[in-house]
Amino acid sequence: MPDLHEISLIVNGVVREVTVPARRLLSDCLRHDLGLTGTHVGCEHGVCGACTILLDGEPARSCLTLAVTAAGHEITTVEGLAGDDGPSAVQRAFRECHGLQCGFCTPGFLCTATALLRENPAPTDEEVVEGLSGNLCRCTGYQNIVKSVHRAAELLAEES
Amino acid sequence: MGASVLRPDGALKVSGEFAYSSDLWLDGMLWGATLRSPHPSAWIRSIDIGPALAMPGVYAVLTHEDVPGEKFYGLENKDQPVLAIDQVRYQGEPVALVAADHPETARRAADAIVVTYGEREAVTDPRVALERRMLVRHQPVRVGSTFSADVVVTGEYEVGMQDQAFLGPESGLAVPAEDGGVDLYIATQWLHVDQGQVAPCLGLPPEKVRLTLAGVGGAFGAREDLSMQIHASMLALRTGKPVKMVYGREESFFGHVHRHPAWMRYEHGATLDGRLVYVKAEILLDGGAYTSSSPAVVGNAASLGVGPYEVDNVHIDAYGTFTNNPPCGAMRGFGAVQACYAYESQMDRLAAACGLTPVEIRIRNAVSQGSRLATGQVVDTPAPLAEMLRDLDAMPLPESVSRDLRDLPGGVGQTTHGDGVRRGVGYGVGIKNICFSEGFDDYSTARVRVELLGGEPHVLVHTAAAEVGQGLVIIQAQIARTELGIDHVTVAPADTQVGSSGSSSASRQSYVTGGAVKTACEAVRERIEKDGRPLEVILQDGPIEETREYRHRRTFPMDPVTGQGDSHTQLALCVHRAVVDVDVELGLVKVVELAAVQDVGKILNPLALEGQIHGGTAQGLGLALMEEIQVRDGKVLNPSFTDYLIPTILDMPPMQLKILENPDPNAPYGLRGAGEPPTLSSTPAIAAAVRNATGLPLSRVPIRPQDIALA
Ligand code: FES
Ligand code: FES
Repeated sequence: MPDLHEISLIVNGVVREVTVPARRLLSDCLRHDLGLTGTHVGCEHGVCGACTILLDGEPARSCLTLAVTAAGHEITTVEGLAGDDGPSAVQRAFRECHGLQCGFCTPGFLCTATALLRENPAPTDEEVVEGLSGNLCRCTGYQNIVKSVHRAAELLAEES
Repeated sequence: MGASVLRPDGALKVSGEFAYSSDLWLDGMLWGATLRSPHPSAWIRSIDIGPALAMPGVYAVLTHEDVPGEKFYGLENKDQPVLAIDQVRYQGEPVALVAADHPETARRAADAIVVTYGEREAVTDPRVALERRMLVRHQPVRVGSTFSADVVVTGEYEVGMQDQAFLGPESGLAVPAEDGGVDLYIATQWLHVDQGQVAPCLGLPPEKVRLTLAGVGGAFGAREDLSMQIHASMLALRTGKPVKMVYGREESFFGHVHRHPAWMRYEHGATLDGRLVYVKAEILLDGGAYTSSSPAVVGNAASLGVGPYEVDNVHIDAYGTFTNNPPCGAMRGFGAVQACYAYESQMDRLAAACGLTPVEIRIRNAVSQGSRLATGQVVDTPAPLAEMLRDLDAMPLPESVSRDLRDLPGGVGQTTHGDGVRRGVGYGVGIKNICFSEGFDDYSTARVRVELLGGEPHVLVHTAAAEVGQGLVIIQAQIARTELGIDHVTVAPADTQVGSSGSSSASRQSYVTGGAVKTACEAVRERIEKDGRPLEVILQDGPIEETREYRHRRTFPMDPVTGQGDSHTQLALCVHRAVVDVDVELGLVKVVELAAVQDVGKILNPLALEGQIHGGTAQGLGLALMEEIQVRDGKVLNPSFTDYLIPTILDMPPMQLKILENPDPNAPYGLRGAGEPPTLSSTPAIAAAVRNATGLPLSRVPIRPQDIALA
């Protein structure tokens, strides 16, 4: 039997206890152990960004992160982006601007964009493109993703 | 209709709740794994499953001997073994299967199977395959007899092997059923063609193999052939437990077909003022180890091999070969993409030889309504290519080369500081057949039901058509709303409980399944009108339901000797202009802008349509500049996203679009399929722009930095 570790993760504001081998990836832990399948795995190599989550508010690739190293940290997955009053501004904007087609890349883009807009509430085109350059989308040609992020910035500005 | 209605699946896709095939879960389910051949060509001397079977947690290890029914399957020709029998014909061919209680156990058990191979010669050069007549199909086109002209340009062109690289790798869940059958939840493009291939191999009647579409993470042709459908079902039936299979990215590169690489030789003859006299072409497409959809790919390359240009004398030979390379089949724009790159490159050479601009030479030879294609087929619907080119030419050009380091090719890492950067502009034109061609009985089925729910009329649209991201669910709902004037419309999950809708490919679903939904709605409406009472009153007697099949205009096979025949039902045009900055010393290319004009007949949903044009354009950009599965001696060298590059947001420039609506009277609402044409024309436009910037001939895509820097 491999060495098992009992760890607690704070996922979307809830403390979750899991027992995992040392080499369990955070992506597998979220998807298989916790049933949070909104975090997607597209490449397992840190290239595509589909598995991006927020670790203490910063975007991180859950396919390159070991679950045990996330113990005690705050994790936000796509399932945790919505607030009590419904989907977040970033989520609404991606839907409204058709920033998705198959949607497989979407959770990663949503997490990355959420962090981006927190740092920079009114990004230029260049800043959006720079900020999202670690996420691949095969369907949209990115045009509507850029629009979605600007739209999200508008929605956030209206809300605040 | 015509409004930017939001996708009904959008809410679930942004909340993370949309269930992709990889997300499916049943208590007690097992995990399947596939053992694949490491060799492109070998005899199998023995397979010892003993060590794998002995591992704790392993429930089943299967080889070809365990295939319960027919041992072979295939889209057009059943020549692909479910599991290799005595020999393997490509690297990655499935040899054995494992089911275990954990994915890692299944993987380790697959690796513990001992297979003894006897390697043998692999034929990996399609030119050798052609010499040996190892052909899937040879399709000639012969028209006219004048093959000399005042201006003659020749060229040899190559297209590398592109991957669809959808973001969600293959996955599915097979559940054994009480009746001895199986329920399969799978990400696919065509449920019924899967069912038609899976059932015979399981030795079951089709009704015992029920398929339901699971969430699809992109397709682009790669899900038209089977991947693990039969495998997961075999494991489920053998173990009596649900079995899930999920490919990782590396396995995905071996688990689906790719775009045919192509070798093409063209000769164009024209008058001094640039009017085409003749086109001669030899187009060689490597289909790899099995047939897949190669025959249709060859047909497209042959019938559309001169592009949307008027020319009276044509001599084309299009070939599809069998080799020991990875099997190639469907990818967005198939057959037409490869030829388009070559004929457009030729049109630019011809323009230069005649002293014309790229736009002028194309306008001078452009097809229009009433023109005759090389196949003899008359273009009987609007084809305003000249107008599209003028529109494209009139679009404003972006500002000249920026001196800001961040904007240069290579970004801030740029070492020439812009001294070596040259601007280039290029044009590309493409023509694609929409729907299935060459006499295929191409249809779709829709069931439409109107009933009272909570006292209000609701519509349920049920088809087997696969939503793969393109937005078909929106179009189906919009059509039902428009035809029935009822607001509450639900599109049921696609499954095999209703008749076939055909494939989500060939840009055909808005046309064919859209047509089926429209026709079924009309039948419902007719019943309501005949009844005469108010709808709410009628529905109190019970729901109204109608099922209809819709077929597009008949098509005909190409003559095997002359290539003549009305082989296509609809043709669609797209034109692109690319503006690039190239650092000629470093070989780096930055696409600055892409502009496109496309005629879609009728816009059903502007947002979804533009998304298709953007996405198709981006895949064409990938083919032009970076995407290639590198195969050496039959082995794939780069099966990962680290080494197979697809465009990022930094690679994809802003786009200008102009969309025309010249209706096709034969199609529902006058629409024209839209997903593929932009994938054709963006590649040659970008290649032309790079040539324009560098002055290099660049006859192969993808264009690599060394092709520029070392030239
Ligand atoms: S799955 Fe983690 S980056 Fe692709
Ligand atoms: S929407 Fe399909 S990969 Fe982005």
